[in-house]
Amino acid sequence: MTITINNLVKKFGSVTAVDKVNLDIKDGEFVAFLGPSGCGKTTTLLMIAGIYKPSDGDIIFDDRKVNDLPPKDREIGMVFQSYALYPHMSVYQNLSYPLRLKKRPKEEMKREAQRIADLMGIGHLLNRKPGQLSGGQQQRVALGRALIKKPKLLLFDEPLSNLDARLRISMRSEIKRLQRELGITSIYVTHDQIEALTMADRIAVIKNGVLQAFTDPESLHDRPKTLFIAEFIGNPPMNLFVAEIKSENGKLYAIIGDVKIEIPDVRRPKKVVNGNVRMGIRPQDILIDEKEGFDTEILFVEPMGRDDLIVCKVGDMQIHFLVDPTTNLKAGNKIKLKFNMQKCQYFDMETDLSLLWN
Amino acid sequence: MKPKTVFSKIVPYLLLIIITLPIIVGYSWIIISTFSTKTHGLMPVDRAGNFGGLTLSNWNFIFEPEIWLVTFNTTILAIGLTLGVVVVSMMAGYALSRIKFPGRKAFLSMTLILHAFPTVTLLIAIYFVLKWISGIPILGRGLPIIGGFGYNTLGGVILVSMALQLPLGIWLMKGFFDNVSWDMERASLIDGCSRFRTWREIMIPQIKPGIAALSIFSFIQGWGSFIIPYSFMVNANKATVATYLNNLLSETAPTNYSMVAAVGLFQLLPVLVFYIFTQKYLLSIFAGGVKGSS
Repeated sequence: MTITINNLVKKFGSVTAVDKVNLDIKDGEFVAFLGPSGCGKTTTLLMIAGIYKPSDGDIIFDDRKVNDLPPKDREIGMVFQSYALYPHMSVYQNLSYPLRLKKRPKEEMKREAQRIADLMGIGHLLNRKPGQLSGGQQQRVALGRALIKKPKLLLFDEPLSNLDARLRISMRSEIKRLQRELGITSIYVTHDQIEALTMADRIAVIKNGVLQAFTDPESLHDRPKTLFIAEFIGNPPMNLFVAEIKSENGKLYAIIGDVKIEIPDVRRPKKVVNGNVRMGIRPQDILIDEKEGFDTEILFVEPMGRDDLIVCKVGDMQIHFLVDPTTNLKAGNKIKLKFNMQKCQYFDMETDLSLLWN
Repeated sequence: MKPKTVFSKIVPYLLLIIITLPIIVGYSWIIISTFSTKTHGLMPVDRAGNFGGLTLSNWNFIFEPEIWLVTFNTTILAIGLTLGVVVVSMMAGYALSRIKFPGRKAFLSMTLILHAFPTVTLLIAIYFVLKWISGIPILGRGLPIIGGFGYNTLGGVILVSMALQLPLGIWLMKGFFDNVSWDMERASLIDGCSRFRTWREIMIPQIKPGIAALSIFSFIQGWGSFIIPYSFMVNANKATVATYLNNLLSETAPTNYSMVAAVGLFQLLPVLVFYIFTQKYLLSIFAGGVKGSS
């Protein structure tokens, strides 16, 4: 099922939770809504589910406007952060409840519940009550309940937030695999960028109810259109600082404190207002280069397991970057750094818009 | 940690015993005096004042048809009140907890004010209302068992008692519904429930302890209610157990306190039995499938 959202607005009293969001989701696509808590992503999801009524704008499933369609007629399944299982019903009753509401025969309910439960790996738990299950098992029941009526659209509202880290990783790939196999259009709300980046075909980044970008994970990471996306996506976060842009003999230079770096022609900011830009570079794009680098001193070292995160002082800014732990660098060491200028980002100081990708 | 001394173990018990002593003595007196001609303190004595005088004659009232009539009436009153209060409170509490409608806040505070009204101040106004209801054909005074909803009918007493009990019930139910997660309700709507079915099949089972509590409160309220049946039933001695008891106190001279105690114990028994069977439910804590909430 394709989903088209046109100028969707939701107001609660005088507060605008969702502001003119436009989205176009293809059939079978896995889309993530990513944003900090309270940004309106769950509100958007609940409007798609039919729980909230839009204040303005349209939601279109295939070619049908569904603004006023009650949730039960939308052919959707939803998985909640809190699982939202019915505690007074057994796992079997929970799973078969959507079919019971459709007045399906008992044999079909039994067959389908068993099939879904086996698919979820909870076939042996059908007679238990939700309270007797672990978090991961409860989440599987919730997923099974969403899948049993063969929905055309699956909605996930931060389904993995309550699970422990290890389980989260395995459930992540499991949900992704199920979605691929069943080919159901899915929308996945999360504030965890790793979940969004690893699972989704396309990511909608939302901030304060406004859609910031709707694109694939790679371009979101490598070609952020706004400062917010650049800050929000990527771990550890991008280094951002003010740089002065100067043109000398037809060449463009970025000046950070007393460091002067040439900007390659292929990656020039499109326009510079008042000579200053906000420059960004990811920690993994900063290298130690004893020949060409500029001088700096290590402030401190944070071991992160696979890498060491090094914090250095450049001008009056702190720069974070990653090195191999075997280099054995210590605080106080003097090193020379080089920016990979092919990967630099530039943002307008006033509008926060990218000077490269807009 | 220091080992507990005998002294520190005894002190709490001693304190509790002292505090509960008046109640225990009171109940003991009731039980002892129902089986005695007279009592001196807690000691049963005969007419001459010697120890003894144990008798069952105080319980003779249970052979009179009147006591069974008032017991039947009181049962109907208590059950009718409980059913009415629980059903209305469950619906109103859900609406007030979950649905936005104009006047919701005003309604909530109004019910609280209503609850604060002393019953006595309303008696005369209610009398006129019941008189007016009596004028309505059938509904007024033409119904079986409860008689109708007008003046001098059991239904009228139930109606008035309900109105006075409802604010508490509605607030209690609203509080319980407030604690049920929205996600569960949303899940059921997406699974295919109508709003009513969600209420009946998903929400109500979550608030069973609240319903049990409200049922017990309402039943006890109805069973022991005095001022309303006394005011709105003409033959007070034929109304409820409480008015019958009051009648014993005021109309027989000299008052036979042993008999009054026996009727009192008779009135107390169903409540005690009811309580024993429901207290486990009251204390039961729900283990649910909901973790965290948003």
